[in-house]
Amino acid sequence: MAECALKIRDISKSFFGIQALREVNLDVREGQTLGLIGENGAGKSTLMNILGGVIALDGGAIRLFGDKYYPACPADATRAGIAFIHQELNLFGNLSIADNLFIDRFPQFRRSPLIDKRSTYNQADVLLSSVDLRLPPQTPVELLTPGEKQLVEIAKAMRRESRIIIFDEPTTSLTAAERSRLFAIIKKLQDQGQTIIYISHTLEDVLRVSDTIAVLRDGCLVSAGPRDEYSVNKMISDMVGRKIEQMYPTRDTCLEAKPLLEVQSLTQPGIVRDITFQLHKKEVLGIFGLMGSGRSELVRIIFGLDPFSAGKIRLNTVNIPKPSPALNIRHALAFVTENRREEGLLMEASVMENLNLLTLGKCSKLGPMGLIDRMKTTKCTQQMSKQLNIKSGPIQKHQAKNLSGGNQQKVVLGKWLLTDPVVLILDEPTRGIDVGAKVEIYRIINQLAEKGTGILYISSELDELMGMCDRILVMSNGRLKAEFQRDDYDQEAILQAAFSASN
Amino acid sequence: MKMYRILLRWPEKVVLSDHFVLVLTALYFLLIWAIYPHMAGHRNLANLLSNVWPLLALVIGQMFVLIVGGIDLSQTSIMAVTSVLGAMVMAMRFDPAKFQHNPLWGVIFSEQGGWLAGHSSAVPAAIFVMLAIGMGIGFLNGLAVAKLRMPPFMVTLVAMSFFSGLAIYLTRSENIMHLPASFIAIGKGAVGPIPSALLIVVSLAAVAFVILNRSVLGRWFYAVGQNIRTASVSGIPTDRVVILAYVFSGFCAGIGSILYSARLEAGRPTLGRNLLLDVIGAAVIGGISLFGGKGKVLWAVYGVLFFVVLDNSLNKMPIEFYSIDIIKGCVILMAALLDALRTRIAANQVIAVGAA
Repeated sequence: MAECALKIRDISKSFFGIQALREVNLDVREGQTLGLIGENGAGKSTLMNILGGVIALDGGAIRLFGDKYYPACPADATRAGIAFIHQELNLFGNLSIADNLFIDRFPQFRRSPLIDKRSTYNQADVLLSSVDLRLPPQTPVELLTPGEKQLVEIAKAMRRESRIIIFDEPTTSLTAAERSRLFAIIKKLQDQGQTIIYISHTLEDVLRVSDTIAVLRDGCLVSAGPRDEYSVNKMISDMVGRKIEQMYPTRDTCLEAKPLLEVQSLTQPGIVRDITFQLHKKEVLGIFGLMGSGRSELVRIIFGLDPFSAGKIRLNTVNIPKPSPALNIRHALAFVTENRREEGLLMEASVMENLNLLTLGKCSKLGPMGLIDRMKTTKCTQQMSKQLNIKSGPIQKHQAKNLSGGNQQKVVLGKWLLTDPVVLILDEPTRGIDVGAKVEIYRIINQLAEKGTGILYISSELDELMGMCDRILVMSNGRLKAEFQRDDYDQEAILQAAFSASN
Repeated sequence: MKMYRILLRWPEKVVLSDHFVLVLTALYFLLIWAIYPHMAGHRNLANLLSNVWPLLALVIGQMFVLIVGGIDLSQTSIMAVTSVLGAMVMAMRFDPAKFQHNPLWGVIFSEQGGWLAGHSSAVPAAIFVMLAIGMGIGFLNGLAVAKLRMPPFMVTLVAMSFFSGLAIYLTRSENIMHLPASFIAIGKGAVGPIPSALLIVVSLAAVAFVILNRSVLGRWFYAVGQNIRTASVSGIPTDRVVILAYVFSGFCAGIGSILYSARLEAGRPTLGRNLLLDVIGAAVIGGISLFGGKGKVLWAVYGVLFFVVLDNSLNKMPIEFYSIDIIKGCVILMAALLDALRTRIAANQVIAVGAA
C-alpha cells in the first residue's frame, strides 16, 4: 500500500460568513493521480489556494508525506514541493527558457555570485528533453506557443523535484497536437511515480488521466473513489447535484430561406482564402476548425476588426463594403469574442455599465450623443439581467471582475442581446465555464434562433457544435473544407476534414 | 477581534468614502489653524480660494486625459504659448527696448500695441485665439497618440519642450505687459460678490461633470480607459474619443492660461513653469488613476484643495524658503501612504464580495 502523499482532514474556510469549504476530507496517495472536478465556485480554487499558501485555512489539518503542512505564503508551498501548472503561466516572457527554469537557483561558480552559464544550459537541455521539448535553452519564452510554455513549467517543476504537481485547467489554450503531447508527458510522469492532482472542466480528460476522482459541490466533497466507478454522466450529475437530462436543447425549427449573412469569396492573404457561405434566418451555423485554421480570424474580418483584400459581405441584404464594428452594430450584427476578459468586458465596471455599453445611444435624451436616461437604462439592464438569470449583487455596483466565468459570459451575451441583433456571431461562447452555465447558454442561443436570429457558432468542441447546430462548416488552413448537414453529422469525417492538408 | 472590528468600522467608512481627501484636507487645515490663527483670516481665505480656480481648470483637463489612459505633460507649455500669443493680439503697447529685435516686431505687433490693440474686439479675439491654439495643440497630441500609436508620455513631453521653447523664442523671454483692463478683470474682477474666475471654473467643472456622469460620450471616455479593446469591439470610435480628451485638456489649459495671465497682468513665456507636478500631483492625490478608467470631477476638486491648502500653509509658517519643497514632499508622501493603505482596505473588501 502506497503512502499518503497528501492527507486533508476536515478543512473549512469561510470568507466573511460565506462557507467556501466545509469539512473537506481528501487523500492523495503517493504516485497516484487525483482528478478534481466541480463547477465554478464549488471550492476547487479555494482548496488549491490553501495548498499553494495563498490563503490560510480556518480549521482542519493538512499532512504532506506525513508531516504537518501549514504554508504561510506561496514560497512555503514551493519549498514543500508543491508545483502548480496554471492556465495563466508564471513565466518571464523576456527571459530565456534556461533563465526561467533556474530563476530561483542558478548554478554558480563555486561561491561566487556569477552564473555558470554552461552548466545552466547543460542542465536545461536535460530537463527539456525529459519533457520532449526540442528547443535551444537560450530561446526567449515569449516566442513559445502556449503548449510549449506549459512544458517549460513542467520542466521547472521537475527541476525543483516537486513532490506533487497540480495541473489546473492545463488544456484550455492548447491545440490538439499539443494536447496529446501533454498527455504523453503526464503519462511519463505517472510512470516515474509522480503524484499529480489534475483539475479540469473537460471531464473526458479527467477520466483519461486519473486514478481516483473527487467531486466538489458548494464547498463539500460530494463523492470520491477510483476512476472505474465514474462515467462522464455520473461526474456531471455529482457536480450539478441533479441529473442533466438533456445537455443540448432540441432543435425543431424549420429554417427560412432568407439569407441574413452572405459572405462571398472573402480573402485575406495568409489568413483566409476564398470563403463563401450563407447564414439563414433561424439557422445555427457552426464553424469547426483547429486552432490556427482561421475560424476566429474569419469572423473578426466579418465584424470589421481586421482587414480583407477581396470578397463581399452582405448583411440582411445590404452590402457592407468597408465593415467596421460601429457600422456592423448599426446593421444589427453582434459579436461575442472568444476572450471575454480582454475584449468582452470592462472588468472594473459594474454589471450594468457593461450591459448597457452598446445601447447607451438608444437610452438617451437629446439624440444618440446626448444625456443618458438613467431610468430607462436601469430598467432595460435589470430586465436583461433577470432574463439571462445573471447571478450577481446589485447590478449597479457589482463589478464584472467579481463574477464567475459563466455569469461574465452571460453579461457579454446580454450586452449584445440588448441591441436586438439580426445576426449573432459567437466565438467559443462556453469556454472555461461550468456545465450548469453551459446548459443555460445553450438554451438562450436556441431561443434566439427560434425567434429568427441567425447564429454563427464557432467552437473547438465538436460535441457542442453537433448538439447545437443545423449545419457545420469545417475550416482548415484558412479555407472551407467541407460542409455537413445535421443528418450527416459524423465525428470522424468532420475531424478528418479539419485535419486535412492544405490542398 | 470583534472589538477591533467595531472600532475600525467608522474610520473604514470615512477612509473608503469619496470624500476622504476632503476630510484629510479639513483635518490638516484645522491643525494648522490651531497653530497659526491667521490661516482662517478673511484675506487669507480669499487668497487661498483664488489659487484654487486656475489650478482646478488644469486638473479637470488633465483628468480627461488620465481617464482615457494617457497623460498630458504639455498643459503648462500650452499655457505659456497661449499666454504670449494672446498678449500679442491685445497688448496696448510694446516696449521697443525689449521687443524691437523680436522676429515678429512689425509683423504682428509694434510699439503701438498688438495686432488688434485698442479695437473693441481685441479681448474676445485674444481669448478665442488662446482657446483655439490650446485645443489645436491638444488635437495634435491626440492625433499622435490615437492614430500614430505613439506613447502619450513621449508625445506630450515633446510638445512640452517644443511649445515652451516657442513661447520663449517668440518673446525673447520678455514678459508682455500693458494688457487691456477688461482682460485683467477676468482674473481679478468679480460679478457682484463672486469672483469671475470662480464663475468660469465652476461652469467648466459643471460641464465636465455633466459630460462624465450623464452623457454617452462620458461613458465612452471611461470605457476606452478601462479596456480599449473591449471598447473598439463594442463599436466605440476609440480614436476620436482619445483625441477629444486631449483637445479638452488643451482647452482647459487655455482657460488656465487666461486666468493666470489676467492675474499676473502679463503675457508670460514662463507661465506655469513649476505647475506641472502640482497638476498631476493634485489629480493623483484626488484619486484619479494614472492607469486610466478612473476619475471624478469631485476628486479633482478635492485634490486641488489639498494642494492649495498645503501650499498656503507652508507659506504661512515661519520656515526658511529653501526648505519649503522638502516639507511639501513629506506631506505629499504622507497623503500617498494613506492612499495606499486605503487601496489595501478596499481590496480586502473586494475579496469579501468576490468570495460571496
